[in-house]
Amino acid sequence: MVSVQDLHKKFGKNKVLTGLDLEIGEGGIFAVLGPNGSGKTTLIKSILGMVIPDKGTISIHGKSIKKDSNYRKQIDYLPQIANFPSNLKVKELITMIKDLRGNSTNEASLIELFKLEPFIDKKLGQLSGGTKQKVNILLTFMFDSPLVILDEPTTGLDPIALIRLKDLIKAEKAKGKTVLITSHIMSFVEEISDEIVFLLEGKIYFKGTIPALKTQTNQPDLEHAIASILTTNHV
Amino acid sequence: MFKILKYSFFDLMRSRWSYVYFAFYLLLGIVLLFLNNDLSKAVITLMNVIIILVPLIGTIFGVMYYYNSKEFTELLLAQPLKRSSIFLGQYLGVAISLSMSLILGLGIPFVFYGLFMSNAIWDFSLLLITGVFLTLIFTALAFNIALSNENKIKGFGYAILMWLFLAVIYDGLFLMSLLFFEDYPLDKLSLIGTVLNPVDLSRTLILLKLDISALLGYTGAVFKQFFGTNFGLIVSFTMLIVWVALPVLRIAKKSKKKDF
Amino acid sequence: MPLKKHHILSAILIIVLSNTLFSQNIRVCKTCDIKTLQGGINAAQEHDTIIIEKGTYKEIDVLVNKPLTIIGKDYPVIDGEMKGEIITITADSVTVDGLFIKNVGTSYTSDYAAIRLKRVENFVIKNLVLEKLFFGIYVEKSNNGKVFHNKIIGDAEEEYNSGNGIQLWYSNNIEIEHNFVQRVRDGIYLEFSDNCIIKNNVSSHNVRYGLHFMFSNDDIYQDNLFEKNGAGVAVMFSKKIKMYNNIFRENWGTASYGLLLKEINDAEIMYNTFEENTIGINTEGSNRIKYIHNNFINNGWAIKVLGACYTNTFTGNNFLYNSFDMAYNSKVNDNEFDGNYWSEYTGYDLDKNGFGDVPYRPVKLFSYIVNRTPETIILLRSLFIDIIDFSEKVSPVFTPDNLLDNNPKIKRITW
Repeated sequence: MVSVQDLHKKFGKNKVLTGLDLEIGEGGIFAVLGPNGSGKTTLIKSILGMVIPDKGTISIHGKSIKKDSNYRKQIDYLPQIANFPSNLKVKELITMIKDLRGNSTNEASLIELFKLEPFIDKKLGQLSGGTKQKVNILLTFMFDSPLVILDEPTTGLDPIALIRLKDLIKAEKAKGKTVLITSHIMSFVEEISDEIVFLLEGKIYFKGTIPALKTQTNQPDLEHAIASILTTNHV
Repeated sequence: MFKILKYSFFDLMRSRWSYVYFAFYLLLGIVLLFLNNDLSKAVITLMNVIIILVPLIGTIFGVMYYYNSKEFTELLLAQPLKRSSIFLGQYLGVAISLSMSLILGLGIPFVFYGLFMSNAIWDFSLLLITGVFLTLIFTALAFNIALSNENKIKGFGYAILMWLFLAVIYDGLFLMSLLFFEDYPLDKLSLIGTVLNPVDLSRTLILLKLDISALLGYTGAVFKQFFGTNFGLIVSFTMLIVWVALPVLRIAKKSKKKDF
Repeated sequence: MPLKKHHILSAILIIVLSNTLFSQNIRVCKTCDIKTLQGGINAAQEHDTIIIEKGTYKEIDVLVNKPLTIIGKDYPVIDGEMKGEIITITADSVTVDGLFIKNVGTSYTSDYAAIRLKRVENFVIKNLVLEKLFFGIYVEKSNNGKVFHNKIIGDAEEEYNSGNGIQLWYSNNIEIEHNFVQRVRDGIYLEFSDNCIIKNNVSSHNVRYGLHFMFSNDDIYQDNLFEKNGAGVAVMFSKKIKMYNNIFRENWGTASYGLLLKEINDAEIMYNTFEENTIGINTEGSNRIKYIHNNFINNGWAIKVLGACYTNTFTGNNFLYNSFDMAYNSKVNDNEFDGNYWSEYTGYDLDKNGFGDVPYRPVKLFSYIVNRTPETIILLRSLFIDIIDFSEKVSPVFTPDNLLDNNPKIKRITW
């Protein structure tokens, strides 16, 4: 599905990615983890084409992403901070994104699911952070693309919405889609993901299932496994 | 691109600032025309406003819009859209909505004043055309500065500095160099100096209408050819178009390489 | 005795009648006995009237040496075929009316004219149309005449090979009215000619001046229009010229003025309009001139004062939207500005007496800079220039500090 080879990227003097290789197959939920500044967001943004790599290639379905912006039709992306043009109404934003991407399949059911009807005619500037995140999720899931990238999807969500989100992600997986997630909430990651991609100092430190990680680090749960990686590498 | 343009435009058209800008010009037009009752004087005052204020507003709005819509831009970047069309769309959205405020704000009072029956219509149209050009140029320059500066405060500072330089400081340096080299033929130097600054260029363009008699008083053959014929008008407009095109091209180029 | 007296009276009567009542009409035409204008003149008695029928008469050096009235019917053409002077008048009381004279010869040694008046009195030159001329109507040492309703259309392009439309030389008490002169060197030129009246003429597109005075005193010109000339009117080395109600318009160019004053004294300039000239009035070495109730509109410079100009007064004029109201090339000022309206004036009138409470300073620093380095004109109306002008206004360094209008009008002055 996604294939990354020898990816380099530095911002000024700060080398963020130093020769990263990654293969992500069809279907399944992948959690991209790593300490702050390890290059998670840079990796995701590189895949999305928002960051231009200094070196290396990224291909999706075997096609390099360099030239053509149309490959993004195959990606649904949930950005970390949802900040929309404050003068637009929710309805208008939905129409606009639909207009930009093509027809959506299931916006109505998503609106229903996250109880967004009361806000549909409100301006985005007037919404609370949680509601904005719901709109954000709505915008991501209303299209039916084979690759879904979620950057900190749980931010600001209430428990009910969180459960709905998990169901949604699982449903996507069931459809055979590939889901990439970054998150700081380890319980969320542990519950939902099939595989972990652990980034450290610009490279893949670990890639595999959660049980495999636990065995490798000899720790009972994910949180401790991660912590042990960090202490062994930094102290 | 046109979709982005459309949304940016409607977004801005609904923003408070567009109304403030529009209301300002409306008020200015009304005060100049109906309290002053002197069309020639109004046109001169308007020239000053257009030469100084329009670039300032274009600069501020350009920078402000860019930084304020950063997250929205990131949302767009994840969509299957070309980068250049995202930024050019946003740029045009800002520039066009500002131009609309200018044209409508000044146009409405002038139309009520009976502009279409007055000889000043050409002077006035020229003013508006130059105003639109300056909006296009300075918004583009502002976008360039914002694209090159992640830091909002820095970007804002540079943008204001750029405006200050082109609107005031440049002319000071220009004047000093003319006085310094006064023993040499200065025809070409002064025309080149004018062409290199869009504010001076627009001012000269308007002067060709307002103060033609003074401009024709000067000796040099190059001057005479420039001011005395349509040549000056054509060169000025061409240069204004170049002044729009260059920063716009840089927006397209820069946006392709930028990381978000 | 009464009988003899009667005889003398009847003798006088006969003489008078033979001169007037019995004066003949002589017809000139292609099919008449007399086929040329010169032939008609030769055949005529004094005070006869020669009527020239429509047609083309190719003649030069026509000499009018007796008092005659020459009338053209339907504008007969007198064609000089570029060979030389066409009509020369050497007798008093000649009237020429209604001819179309063209193709005057051009020469660098003689000033060939369409019509020349030489040492004569009481002449009338009217309703002529002159085309392709060198000099048009040349009045030489002749007095008490009238030149009116003539149309003079030249094709001059350079000063050195063109002549003047109407030229007076040592001629006094001449009335020049309702003429239309264009594309010659000077539209109307007066040299050593006093007490003349120049009225209601239109002089335009002339290579040099619309109207030109040299060493001529006590003349009046009024209600004329001077448009698109090298310079509108030049008054030089002359005294007591009165200039009323004229319009000076669109005299554009490097050395172009609406009105050029050079070494003239005691003139009156009133009710004139100077519009869109490079320089409205350029005055040099001129003293005791009154400028009252003139309009200066959209000129490059309304008034440019060069050299020593003393005791001139500028009162009740309107200065409207000129690029510069005044230019001075010295720091000294002996001229008075009072009660003018300046469109650039930004002061206020708190006591509502119609005069601004702060004086107006008509000379700007920038005008001084442009005088020094003309190319800087390109910075006209720039914000930077406004700033330095303002600082000069607050504390004058380069411009005369007593050059002030202490009573600037708040509203445009009407009269």
